[in-house]
Amino acid sequence: MISVGHYLAVSAVLFTLGVLGIFINRKNIIVILMAIELILLAVNINLVAFSAALGDLVGQVFSMFVLTVAAGEAAIGLAILVIYFRGRGTIAVDDANRMKG
Amino acid sequence: MTADLALIWPELILTIGGLITLMLGTFMGDRQVGIYQLSALLTLAAAAAAVVALFGIETTVFSGTLSVDSFGGFAKLLIYAASFVCIVIAPRFFNGAMRAEYPTLILFAALGMGIMASSRDLMTLYVGLELNSLAAYVLASFMRTDERSSEAGLKYFVLGALASGMLLYGISLLYGFSGTTDFAGIAKVLGGELNIGLIFGIVFVLAGLGFKISAVPFHMWTPDVYEGAPTPVTTFFATAPKVAAMALMTRVVIDAMGPAVGAWQQIVIFLSLASIILGAVGAIGQKNIKRLLAYSSINNVGFMLIGLAGGTQQGVEAVLTYLLVYMVTTLGAFLVVLQLRDAEGNQIESIPALAGLSQRRPGLAAAMAVFMYSLAGIPPLFGFWPKLLVFWAAVEANLVPLAVAGIVASVIGAYYYIAIIKIMYFDDKSDTEIPKGGGTIVEDAVITASALWLSVIGYLFIPVLAVLSASAAAVLF
Repeated sequence: MISVGHYLAVSAVLFTLGVLGIFINRKNIIVILMAIELILLAVNINLVAFSAALGDLVGQVFSMFVLTVAAGEAAIGLAILVIYFRGRGTIAVDDANRMKG
Repeated sequence: MTADLALIWPELILTIGGLITLMLGTFMGDRQVGIYQLSALLTLAAAAAAVVALFGIETTVFSGTLSVDSFGGFAKLLIYAASFVCIVIAPRFFNGAMRAEYPTLILFAALGMGIMASSRDLMTLYVGLELNSLAAYVLASFMRTDERSSEAGLKYFVLGALASGMLLYGISLLYGFSGTTDFAGIAKVLGGELNIGLIFGIVFVLAGLGFKISAVPFHMWTPDVYEGAPTPVTTFFATAPKVAAMALMTRVVIDAMGPAVGAWQQIVIFLSLASIILGAVGAIGQKNIKRLLAYSSINNVGFMLIGLAGGTQQGVEAVLTYLLVYMVTTLGAFLVVLQLRDAEGNQIESIPALAGLSQRRPGLAAAMAVFMYSLAGIPPLFGFWPKLLVFWAAVEANLVPLAVAGIVASVIGAYYYIAIIKIMYFDDKSDTEIPKGGGTIVEDAVITASALWLSVIGYLFIPVLAVLSASAAAVLF
């Protein structure tokens, strides 16, 4: 029998992978965008699992909001990436150093 | 439902006004700066008037997801005022490259911030926050051809999205373990036994909000984004979203997590001390004035969190007063930075170029000196008063060590503020010419008014401020 705990474990693993994907990745900003999607989907698994376990619809409504916002976020992220690439000709993470950071 | 609509007039006005501004820009062309700018300014003024008209009503709308109260009203007035100024100053900076998207995005960001400040449900919190953030990412990279601006936008986007992800993960845990997304419902559950899931939820939510208010250790995006973004946008980031995120943090911490003081107090104390110390130390040695003001904002957020750490009504009043004074000071300081242009009209951002400013532009240097002394909290100036209030609140809440540490760290902070004054007044003139007549009349008027208000006139407003902040803070208790 699959319990809420199993879903939580899967989503915790996905969330950790997403966060590590942002911090460890040194190559490519597209991978960072994928990692962000992974984080948001981990959250959705959590919300839906809780919603089913609690018998409460709010969690599922919330996951719809998250999906919608995630789509907008991805669109804006890619748009910014495009103007960045136009100016610099590269999307390597290590080259994002015009300002000392 | 229709009765609810009558109570969210500020939000409705901003939505419709934002769409009208966008249409004006689309159909009349980006050259007609006056028209779409006027439409945006009128929208903000109307929204502010609606907030004032709704003052005194304390209720919730849309099944308790959004509140209409004086706490939200206070924050919204500050947000709209800051957005207003940021729209006024933009055309001269962009100098022909002004587009209608700028005022439109600011209006939608202001709408999102208004929702943040009055949310009382995790869902409205998230939607308001994202509405603000998505507009802000685009604003940061507004100068498409400038490499620094697009890099600022990219960094802001990646770290902002990570912050939203952490916030959401915390929200999902809070929802799962308390069974509701309503702040009052969560507070009821947190009043009982805390399990590990709830604690994780609290930690993740506070980490996500810490990103948005740029508290250490979640501050790493701030200096880069402030430096890279166009100066009017930086002015916006340093004022309005700070107010909104701080108001949201206050609401979450007091309204939703109030009963679990033990769980969040240590986190807030850590965030506050780390921000004060790192904000002060990091600012030393900065060569770019926008970077320096970024560290200054990190430092000031730390002081606000001191007021919040006690979780008392007095502390929340102090935070609200602090927000107002911080906003006025920061607006003034950024307006001064906007006026610094060399003979060819290029923006000057380097601090060494300010050397001898007191001889070239005595008025501007004097105003900057007022803002710097006020940010440092030197007594005769009004910046001292909110600092006193937050320390006072901390002492009353039995957090004496925190107050002492804050006072000690504010001495470190004073070093770099006063260093700027030393450079302006006592260093030999730099080679950079800063010709007169930099700003429009409106800019000069705003700088003069805020400098005067921060000198001694501000003290005359203490009774008014006390009443306003007390009625706003009382809503949460």
